[in-house]
Amino acid sequence: MTEALDPQALVDALFILVLTAFVGYEVVSKVPTMLHTPLMSGANAVHGVVVVGAIIVTATADSPLQLALGLVGVILGTVNVVGGFVVTDRMLEMFRSRPDKGDNKAEDGKGPGA
Amino acid sequence: MTTIQLATYGVYLVGAVTFILALKFLASPKTARTGNLLGAGGMILVVAWTIGTTEGLLDNWWVLVVGGLIGTVIGVIGARRVPMTAMPQMVAIFNGAGGGAAAVVALSEFLTATSGPVIGSDLLPAIPMIATLLGAVIGSVSLTGSVIAFGKLQGFVASRPVTFPGSRIVAAVLLATLLLLAVALAFFTNDVTLFLVFVALALVAGVLIVMPIGGADMPVVISLLNSYTGIAVAATGFVLGNYALLIAGTLVGASGAILTQLMCRAMNRSLLNVLFGAFGTGGGVAVAGAAGEQNVRTINAEDAAVLMAYGKSVIIVPGYGMAVAQAQTPVRELMDLLIARGVDVQFAIHPVAGRMPGHMNVLLAEANVPYERLKEMDEINDDFANADVALVIGANDVTNPSARTDTTSPIYGMPILNVDKAHNVIVLKRSMASGFAGIDNPLYGEPQTAMLFGDAKATVQALVAGVKAA
Repeated sequence: MTEALDPQALVDALFILVLTAFVGYEVVSKVPTMLHTPLMSGANAVHGVVVVGAIIVTATADSPLQLALGLVGVILGTVNVVGGFVVTDRMLEMFRSRPDKGDNKAEDGKGPGA
Repeated sequence: MTTIQLATYGVYLVGAVTFILALKFLASPKTARTGNLLGAGGMILVVAWTIGTTEGLLDNWWVLVVGGLIGTVIGVIGARRVPMTAMPQMVAIFNGAGGGAAAVVALSEFLTATSGPVIGSDLLPAIPMIATLLGAVIGSVSLTGSVIAFGKLQGFVASRPVTFPGSRIVAAVLLATLLLLAVALAFFTNDVTLFLVFVALALVAGVLIVMPIGGADMPVVISLLNSYTGIAVAATGFVLGNYALLIAGTLVGASGAILTQLMCRAMNRSLLNVLFGAFGTGGGVAVAGAAGEQNVRTINAEDAAVLMAYGKSVIIVPGYGMAVAQAQTPVRELMDLLIARGVDVQFAIHPVAGRMPGHMNVLLAEANVPYERLKEMDEINDDFANADVALVIGANDVTNPSARTDTTSPIYGMPILNVDKAHNVIVLKRSMASGFAGIDNPLYGEPQTAMLFGDAKATVQALVAGVKAA
């Protein structure tokens, strides 16, 4: 936990933070509207990684209160991460390409009706 | 650095890459599912590695077993059982759980930190404490804000904007108090009670932030809160010196912020306007009440079916009403029948149709409507002028022409679908009640418009029967 107190570690973390923010910006600005809900849900699942924080906190707990906090953290974090990925998968299940569809979007109204 | 620590960095790096790829793959329907599975795989790796290598877990292993089991059961049942129409709420509640977890981790970190000496007023040692406070405050806001957003969409919290006299003053005082407490806790004291007050006020703030926002704006709010949770997770990662949390949290914080902005842009509004505009309580009052005076033409299902069956092109405009009535499957049947007759059928998807961007796409995809037929607003708006029939199914505000012309309308300036340009407009609606924004739609009084009242599902089924008979 004292890791972050080291000035070098703080600077490293700051660099990671800023550069990752740009990555997040670039990755998402190219997503089509129709996938926004699954994307939001997927991103929601990704921040479920907070469960790792809850696990670390549980490992270092030295009072019943901290243990209780660890338990609540693990429950909430697991709900976030498990529910997040499962619900996203359920949404995306519906975006499977039909076998009769090619790659081109130019298909007009006379195509097969799926 | 021990070998295990080094390996931990390696595992976290792999995890970070899978998270980035997961978001990237979600950009295309073809790779989206792979992306999600990749993210889940990376997550399992990171979590399993953490459990396997973190020292001190042997004494507290039952916390992980009990907590993990309870969390998994709630998560899986929630995610599997929820109807497709309730997807946005579900995302909100999962997001709230993440925010709560971040706040709890921050609280635990605070307790650990306070067993040491008071930090003093130096900035550098105060930085981890500031990050702890950030994680606690943002996580708490995200928790209660998400619960209220869930309640507004689920219907147990009033979906209209809720304000009370002096609410702005209360909010300002709350914000000032939070700031003061943050400064005190960062530099001058590590009193636990004060920290708990800080967290409690943040929880209240989450409620106060979301209550004044109307149900129609909840997608934007959920997206914003999703971004908040990301930032809270990044902050706790910063405190713990944990790169997995830091990177994943920042990724979601940034991407959530962009997504929020994209949604606001689709409605031609600023985020500030969404958060503080109290949509529908300003100019909306002036136009409300005219509903009963509008002269509307009605049509029966048989006539409407004939109009479509003998047309050359039909554009279907789905909205939340279709989702509520679960009418997507009969809608697909209708599409199949029309296509079999040589009618060109397209779907016009407004960016904010339904309760979330992509909400309509998800529902229609569920009913096996090929996504090639789903056209975004800019793509299809010019086609309305050539369409024989525009079939509006439970959509309202996104078709309201007063957004183009009426400067007093609260939705003035919002880009809308040019439904009124079609030769015939058939509007499926339960009643003449106004849409989520609480304003009237002059489209219904236009001469080319005919209303087909009734439950969307039953009506579409009647249309299907009508087209078969035509």
